[in-house]
Amino acid sequence: MRVELTVNDAARSDEIEPRLLLVHYLREVCGLRAANIGCDTTSCGACTVLLNGESVKSCTVLTAQANGAEVITAEGLASDGELHPVQRAFRAEHGLQCGFCTPGMVMATVGLLKENPHPTEQQVREGLEGNLCRCTGYHNIVRAVLAAARDDHAGGSGGSSSRVNTAVTA
Amino acid sequence: MSILGTRVLRTEDPRFLTTGGVYTEDVTDDRLTGACYVFFVRSPLAHARITGIDTSAALEAPGVIAVYTGADLADLPKVVPPMALLNANMRGELLATDVVRFVGDAVAAVVTEEMYQGEDAMELVSIDYEPLPVVIDLDDALANKTILFEEAGTNVVAEFGNSGSLKPDLFDGCEVVVSRTFANQRVAPAPMESRSAAAVWGDDGRLTTWIPNQGAQGTKGSLAKMLGIEPEKVRVITPDVGGAFGAKFGADPEHVVVAWIAQQLGRPARWNETRYENLIAMTHGRGQRHTITIGGSPDGNVEAYRLEIVQDSGAYPRLGAVLPFLTILMAVGPYEIPKAEAIAVSVATNTTPTGAYRGAGRPEATAAIERAFDLFAAEIEMDPAEVRRRNLLPPFTQTHTTKFGANYDSGDYVAALDKALDAAGYDKLRDEQARRRANNDIVQLGIGVACYVEITGGGDGDDEGPSENATVEVHPDGTATILTGTSPHGQGHSTAWAMIASEELGIPVENFTLKWGDTDLIPEGGGTGGSRSLQQGGAAVQQASRELIDVARERAATALEASAADLRFNVERSAFEMAGDPDASVRLTELAVEERLFVRSVFTAPDATYPFGTHVAVAEVDTQTGKATLRNVVTVDDAGIVLNPLLAEGQRHGGIAQGAAQALCEEVVYDADGNPLTASFADYPIVSATELPSFDLATMETPTTYNPLGAKGIGEAGTIGATPATQSAVIDAIAHLGVRHVEMPTTPMRIWRAIQAAKAEKTNNNHQGESSAGACDAAGSESA
Amino acid sequence: MIPAQFDYVLAESAEHAVALLAENGDDAKVLAGGHSLLPMMKLRLAAPEVLIDITRAGLSGISVDGDELVIGATTRHADVASSDLIKTDAPLLAHSASLVGDPQIRHRGTIGGSLAHADPAADLPMALVALGGSMELRGPDGSRVVLADDFFTGFFETALEEGELLTAVRVPRRPDDPWGYQKFVRRANDWAIVGVAATGGRVALANMGSTPLRATATEQALASGADPAQAAEFAAEGTSPAADIHADAEYRRHLARVLTERALSGQRS
Repeated sequence: MRVELTVNDAARSDEIEPRLLLVHYLREVCGLRAANIGCDTTSCGACTVLLNGESVKSCTVLTAQANGAEVITAEGLASDGELHPVQRAFRAEHGLQCGFCTPGMVMATVGLLKENPHPTEQQVREGLEGNLCRCTGYHNIVRAVLAAARDDHAGGSGGSSSRVNTAVTA
Repeated sequence: MSILGTRVLRTEDPRFLTTGGVYTEDVTDDRLTGACYVFFVRSPLAHARITGIDTSAALEAPGVIAVYTGADLADLPKVVPPMALLNANMRGELLATDVVRFVGDAVAAVVTEEMYQGEDAMELVSIDYEPLPVVIDLDDALANKTILFEEAGTNVVAEFGNSGSLKPDLFDGCEVVVSRTFANQRVAPAPMESRSAAAVWGDDGRLTTWIPNQGAQGTKGSLAKMLGIEPEKVRVITPDVGGAFGAKFGADPEHVVVAWIAQQLGRPARWNETRYENLIAMTHGRGQRHTITIGGSPDGNVEAYRLEIVQDSGAYPRLGAVLPFLTILMAVGPYEIPKAEAIAVSVATNTTPTGAYRGAGRPEATAAIERAFDLFAAEIEMDPAEVRRRNLLPPFTQTHTTKFGANYDSGDYVAALDKALDAAGYDKLRDEQARRRANNDIVQLGIGVACYVEITGGGDGDDEGPSENATVEVHPDGTATILTGTSPHGQGHSTAWAMIASEELGIPVENFTLKWGDTDLIPEGGGTGGSRSLQQGGAAVQQASRELIDVARERAATALEASAADLRFNVERSAFEMAGDPDASVRLTELAVEERLFVRSVFTAPDATYPFGTHVAVAEVDTQTGKATLRNVVTVDDAGIVLNPLLAEGQRHGGIAQGAAQALCEEVVYDADGNPLTASFADYPIVSATELPSFDLATMETPTTYNPLGAKGIGEAGTIGATPATQSAVIDAIAHLGVRHVEMPTTPMRIWRAIQAAKAEKTNNNHQGESSAGACDAAGSESA
Repeated sequence: MIPAQFDYVLAESAEHAVALLAENGDDAKVLAGGHSLLPMMKLRLAAPEVLIDITRAGLSGISVDGDELVIGATTRHADVASSDLIKTDAPLLAHSASLVGDPQIRHRGTIGGSLAHADPAADLPMALVALGGSMELRGPDGSRVVLADDFFTGFFETALEEGELLTAVRVPRRPDDPWGYQKFVRRANDWAIVGVAATGGRVALANMGSTPLRATATEQALASGADPAQAAEFAAEGTSPAADIHADAEYRRHLARVLTERALSGQRS
């Protein structure tokens, strides 16, 4: 069957089989492999993308169901080479280690902050209950989300020619 | 100003945040064009004889290229235990032909053109099994009624000492003796990235394989051995790795089969494990049963300690069977105990094989002795922190060798305890606890204290001492490359090694590229595990950088027509200057123009190092439902001089989370028939952010002299301290009700049962007109 | 991980969906948000040959009909949870929907899908029973209304006949009724080990049997003037809780009593 959808602002039209999961469509057909598959029970959220502006687990959406929709993946967040504020905050707060859960965690965060721009720590933790991480213990992820909400890092990383200052420090 | 010790943000992050890491499943390489997909058909029974395999229907399915069974691999070596001290008669096969020994044991491999065709075809492979008696319980296994390997004649995989070596009079003279048996339960490492492989053979007859691993050089050796070929014929490439936690060392049978299939078919082959497979076929962690006996006097002095271990090896001996060696090595922890002994036996069962998992044998040692100390403290009615203080080794800077042969390098355990208690506000917490107890609050507060010391950077047993290599090269364009024998999978080596080299060379951190994990590029290396990387790999980078300056100095002398002794290297400018005439200078990068400027160096440490610390966990327990919630964890984790606090804190956070999760909820569960009941993330409870609090990390740095960085290993410390601290906090919350122990994981049902049992005990004792105090291990002994 | 093959068809209206169901018989399953069905299909516990997508059949939306709220079957949990109408007139339902799974799941899963799936451990079946709601079903022979009390007939089984579609859910508008809710879990997005929903003299239990159950003995005690603590003592009567890795029957019965007392005191978790 044919599906037509917009992925990261680019219109697409593809012939797919009905059982093709959206996560596989994004990874194998669109070549967008930031979204990862970490489980088989819709538990881990590593595959989270935005569907019509809302966070969804793309492993549990049929590509067919996304016909006519707009999908944004982690690759579609940065603009003109500038990191999105959420991406900046994750870096500034060391909110990622192995990175496998990160694109999903970032997209879930974008979705969360859209719906609740100024969450409390508790709301952040609950808002990310669908995203599992094995490396960070969530401590810095929570800090990153709160920082993104404050947009602490809207000013960018700065830099100078000295070898100490060009390395960005937290 | 030194960059060492500062919170440098990770240079690897922009890539991970935008296009995402490139994990093995993501790798797109010309050599893998046209790859076929491999799927493993696995045994649904824990112990059975295979009586027939019918692949005919599967072969007819759309897209099926081949279906292989163990018979096809008959020319390959059997899978043998990885170490000589393990029972050599417990041999397995890459694909089982005769007997399957755990649910998940691979029996056939289906190969399809497309990814989506595999599961359709797998359903059509028909295998007949004749069930055999299943051995799950450790005592059943030890009783040898059903033997897993006929050739072995026993289920015992290895022994470390034996009961004959125990002294019956060890506890003579101890006024107070407490004994208890409890589990350090089996857990699943469950990295977010499951296992994968991509393999292709070249026209030169060499195998190139992409595998997520913790040390490409070791993986290469394992693969070569299991394929029965010369190591030179194998190239391992390590893409980004999505977590490992000890379970991605070496090579697994699946990696070998995928490589073999690629060779058979003359085309590239790929395999991506599902989470179900990962939870039943990746090695599990822990799985020890402990019997502790602790004896001393009512003034808090511990005089004797004994630890007896039974290690569940699972169905085939892997690294897990050997870990009791480390548990015994660290058995006495940070304490000064006049008499101590420990023995262990590893036994095979019809379950997933056990392997290393963050801490690998050392969390078990700490958990055992910390539980022993708490039980002892409860028995003598002394504050558990105070009992520890009275028995901790006093501070030392010279090597202290324990009676188990561990050479602790430096430590100030009392300072760590005091610092943690202070940071936690221990006295105020006890006050709050007392108030809630007096009020009979439904939600009670518990405080758990755990003191630990652990071993990091252990060597491979040769005389030289543990070592690692690094190559540092400066390029004319101002960039630099580091080749490392470590294998980062989230630890941030790209940034950390760049910091170290930057400090020496004056080249900015972001100008460095780190390479690792390609055995053609870096033939030797120890990988990343056992918290070795900074103290050996980082030290090697520093050494290579310093040696590079020496090499460059000679070139600079020539360039400036001066003697090397008159030159000084100005790190700020990354240039050699004439003493007294700074304008006469030459930049480091200029010295790389005519001839490559690089140095390879091997750093050898004298021995392993011993980081230490104290964790204080605060838990709340709803005494009506039994639900325990972790409110806070405060830690001191002293791993010597900290190179990058941001990275070190991240390692501590992650370790604490995994350690606490083992205490509170994680457990791999089998039913009596060996069926795994926790084979998905819906059932195996990896916690989310909602279940954990933030953590409070205190800083303490007691250097080691074993490397110029003064660093020990931090990667596993968090896990080691957090598990006993968290379990202890939960028990402490209900100790006033008469509970002495709750098995891990401290599930709500177990906590509730412990409270009920303690209440019943009290009622019985009251009815008998006797005091209920002093009940040794009967109270709260209920474990589900 | 990968479902078996199937044909996918988009229903343009409820009538169309019913016609498609009639055409395909039990080879077909209805697909709304897919967050009960697709996970089962990915594990190959279900393998329908045809999926009938009803999310564009005009079956979503929340409206008032006299003294009832009418919620279209394909209304998503996130929309039920955030609806001002529901938060005012049936706050227990909004709260229940806000606890289903996690935010991503709530952006896809629907009230109709969850009720038709009929997991006895789930939030919404328990909530509907507590609220005394009802389900509108449409089949080839017309429409009918089934009370929540009669809708859940067995373990993952409902009163839906072959060829019938759940089109809407009705709940009484009771803005002033006190209510309480207890969902006992180990992790935030788990199904309840035991759940309790209480409002207007009705008490419903999740995961205490093969369907959501009414704690009728507790309700009778309340009606006779017992206080929450006393009434809660009877919460486990008539239940048949299963044993699993989280809890055995005895512990579940204990939880039912404790959580019922809390729900009856207006506590919400």
